[in-house]
Amino acid sequence: MVSNPTITESQIWDILASVCDPEIPVLSIVDMGIVRKVYLEENNPVIIITPTYTGCPAMDMITMQIRMALLEHGFTQITIRSELAPAWTTDWMTEEGKRKLQEYGIAPPNPSTTPLSEQIIQCPQCRSNNTKLLSEFGSTACKALYQCQDCKEPFDYFKCH
Amino acid sequence: MNDPLNKYILHLADNALILAQRNGEWCGHGPILEQDIAITNISLDLLGQARNFYQYAASLQGNDATEDSLAYLRIENEYRNGLLVEQPNIDWAQTILRQYFFSTYQYLLYEKLQAADDAQLAAIAAKALKEVSYHLRWSREWVIRLGDGTAESHRRMIQAVDALWRYTGELFIPADYENQVGVDVSLIKDAWTEQVNVVMAEAGISLPEKTYMQTGGKQGIHTEHLGYILAELQYVQRAYPNSSW
Repeated sequence: MVSNPTITESQIWDILASVCDPEIPVLSIVDMGIVRKVYLEENNPVIIITPTYTGCPAMDMITMQIRMALLEHGFTQITIRSELAPAWTTDWMTEEGKRKLQEYGIAPPNPSTTPLSEQIIQCPQCRSNNTKLLSEFGSTACKALYQCQDCKEPFDYFKCH
Repeated sequence: MNDPLNKYILHLADNALILAQRNGEWCGHGPILEQDIAITNISLDLLGQARNFYQYAASLQGNDATEDSLAYLRIENEYRNGLLVEQPNIDWAQTILRQYFFSTYQYLLYEKLQAADDAQLAAIAAKALKEVSYHLRWSREWVIRLGDGTAESHRRMIQAVDALWRYTGELFIPADYENQVGVDVSLIKDAWTEQVNVVMAEAGISLPEKTYMQTGGKQGIHTEHLGYILAELQYVQRAYPNSSW
């Protein structure tokens, strides 16, 4: 959209909000806190993203999806850069994102400031706090497997990070 | 190619890649599904660390270096990983103990590396540290569970100590490049020893008091196992140069 000099950063943010996390399709990459910065350089978008987990295989996919989404909106000169520092934390996930996660059946991350011993993981199905850890590692690197002791449903918990 | 920083970054990368490859051998073979997933998740985290380090080394080297050329096209004596990470899986006890020894070391190392003058090394370490803390917690619990478990698991944990202990010494002896850049590993030895002693005591496993410590990995002199790992790891790139997904 080099021909459109009126493009704003907030319009870019809106486009990025339509890009979903490939592993958790109810969340956008903006909800996840993956997009760190957006700016325009001579009307061309520059997107700074940050990986969630070091080995997250979704990051290559996410980079490609951002490019596709911007291409669809007419941008041709697109720069996407990944920056590691400061390290991503689940505290950057939006409240909206956490709500969507819970509705999807994944317990949202606790604030990273909560000490491990005081962490209560709430069942996303029946909202009981009576849950137990089944495995430190779940279906993806960012999740742990829990089970609700009341409704007996096993569920993923998005580990605070 | 031969400056200390480049050697140091490759040393960090090789440690992560070779342990990732070893742990990945469990994929589809774990003792139970949850643990199969756990060990391969750890493998993936380590692979991600390796990629970050290789990408950084490649950017400093310039020319045609890429993360792939560094992982797939260097030969055995150019690898600078410690001997510990290349040791075979054998069984769950040896796999777990190798992970525990290494994660304890890596946690202490990255804790210091995140304050390094080199901003990119510091960023990679700070990011990976969060994941390493899971690896450490998980492997520590398993060491205790196996050591303090059945007669069979206890026996296997003793065998694992016998097989691996001799490779822990070199982790804390600085190689020439470690004397010039990065973390002084001799300074984390006491903390490592203290933590490992506490966990092994809880697991009911005694450690050898005096052992010959095998060294050389960080200088490129490896045990016979690394060649076999690289043969499998590099086969496709060697047979079909420049092929890509």
